[in-house]
Amino acid sequence: MLDALSYDFMQQALAASLLASIACGVIGTLVVVNRLVFLAGGVSHAAYGGVGLAFHYGWPVLPSAIGFSVASSMLMAGVALKRPEKADTAIGVLWAAGMAFGIILIDLTPGYKADLMSFLFGSILAVPVTDLYLMAALDAALLAVVALCHQTLLVASFDREFAEARGLPVRTAHYLVVGMTAVGVVMLIRVVGLVLVMALLTIPPFIAARSARSLPSMMAAATAWSTVFCVGGLALAYRWDVTSGAAIIAVASAGFMAVSGAGVLRRAIGRRNPQ
Amino acid sequence: MHMPSSAPGMPGAPHTSHEPVIAVRDLCFAYGDEPVLDHVDLTVERGEFLAVLGPNGGGKTTLLKLLLGLLAPRSGSVALFGGAPRAALPRIGYVPQYSTARLDFPVTVQDVVLMGLAGTRRGLLGRHWSRDAASIDRAREALDQVGLSGMEKRMVGQLSGGQRQRAVVARALMAQPELLLLDEPTASIDPQGSFCFFEFLGTLRGPHTLVVVSHDLSIATSTFSNVAFVNRTLVHTRGAGLTPDMLTMLYGHHEKTCPMGAFISSVSGLFPVLPRMDELPPSGATPPVSPGAPDPSDAPDPSDAPAPPDAAPSPAAKDA
Repeated sequence: MLDALSYDFMQQALAASLLASIACGVIGTLVVVNRLVFLAGGVSHAAYGGVGLAFHYGWPVLPSAIGFSVASSMLMAGVALKRPEKADTAIGVLWAAGMAFGIILIDLTPGYKADLMSFLFGSILAVPVTDLYLMAALDAALLAVVALCHQTLLVASFDREFAEARGLPVRTAHYLVVGMTAVGVVMLIRVVGLVLVMALLTIPPFIAARSARSLPSMMAAATAWSTVFCVGGLALAYRWDVTSGAAIIAVASAGFMAVSGAGVLRRAIGRRNPQ
Repeated sequence: MHMPSSAPGMPGAPHTSHEPVIAVRDLCFAYGDEPVLDHVDLTVERGEFLAVLGPNGGGKTTLLKLLLGLLAPRSGSVALFGGAPRAALPRIGYVPQYSTARLDFPVTVQDVVLMGLAGTRRGLLGRHWSRDAASIDRAREALDQVGLSGMEKRMVGQLSGGQRQRAVVARALMAQPELLLLDEPTASIDPQGSFCFFEFLGTLRGPHTLVVVSHDLSIATSTFSNVAFVNRTLVHTRGAGLTPDMLTMLYGHHEKTCPMGAFISSVSGLFPVLPRMDELPPSGATPPVSPGAPDPSDAPDPSDAPAPPDAAPSPAAKDA
């Protein structure tokens, strides 16, 4: 098993896992405590519209996808802020529309067809070194923003009304969280695929929230859990030769069920034997 | 009664002018075409303890948001400490309905209270507070004040509803506000709680001016100096108890046979007349006391007030 570590592609996959886990731990924590999981799903799927645009017009893929998903995320964030009761519907529409738009554009493009499967599941075993540097830069930027705005983000996320009454820039904070999610998600999709991004954005923060005592500790714990799932999934993928992204999600989901199950069991026992 | 504003612990420059804390003039507000507040006047002087009562949907929370500058009036004016509401935010402690905060949030009680120091700077960047010894001490004092000593390290999700409510009051006290605005503070108070919330708020009078919004008429038996009734319009009385006229304004006319009607017509015997505020100046800004209200100068000595306090909360009133 350990001989796997001698392969370059495996080392790079592990590095990609760690870098993606840091980004997912930070963004995922903010997404989960602000109840923006559905919005994150919408943003990440709508990004495919940007991929389609890039292929159709021969634009560079990453900037097009980031531009497209930031624009659509601001639209969703605006609706979530001004008409919260309509946010669900608006996100669902943009989610589907962005994706369909991208597929149609790619259909209309002659020649090479981008593979939808690689958008969905990525290819963590074939990450170019340049992408590793790009992800490291993304992580550094995310950590810097969160460190600088930590207290404003904390108050605005915990109690928006109170934050407004203290004169804090609550709207700006909301758009900042959504914008960071859009940029981060697109950059991670390129590496690990859409489905894995959504899994790493939600499952590790959920587990981390059970014992975390502050936002930074929740981010750190989510990053740790995410790394564990990635390494476990890669080991499974290597051992049984299955798709790496799916293996990582399988491990994460098993972890999610184990933790939830243990919680249910503990409560049930607690009810049976009070003290 | 302009309380000396240099009470201990008061932040910033003492407020010595004779501006009222709250001055609302001919205020109108509507959501779309639906008028919510109609030509409302309200004056609150320093050191007063005002209860704003009214049915749900009567415009109480809207009034609070206008006072905080979170909503802009259609017409009329709102002045806090003689200036624009947004400029007064650092001097205001706001206790929102607890439902606005997230219970499963990874944050300790101590950190929640420290959040009360937020707002010292306006930008997105930078620190609002530090966890130095002085801030920690202040947080402990604020928690002591609300009867939550030793709960600093608990997670906010581990507190009962009533304890959480007191923790957010402690958070509001952290900024040493001159004006405290509380929105439905009894909504999640455990009724059997040994901690008497309104008695506690009464002890804050003096350094703080208090405004409490509630749909719960049972709080009318507490230690308020004034009561305002809001149901699109506003009736403001000083030192008077509930009268059938006020309840009719809030809940409409009911047949005597209807439980609500029976309750309203029984009210004059039910509620004690609130103690007269001797130190209150005859304020020209105060709207005339509703015709049914007893003249404050005829008010009996509070000790003669007949009604037992536990007779006051009526299920009929809450359901209205």
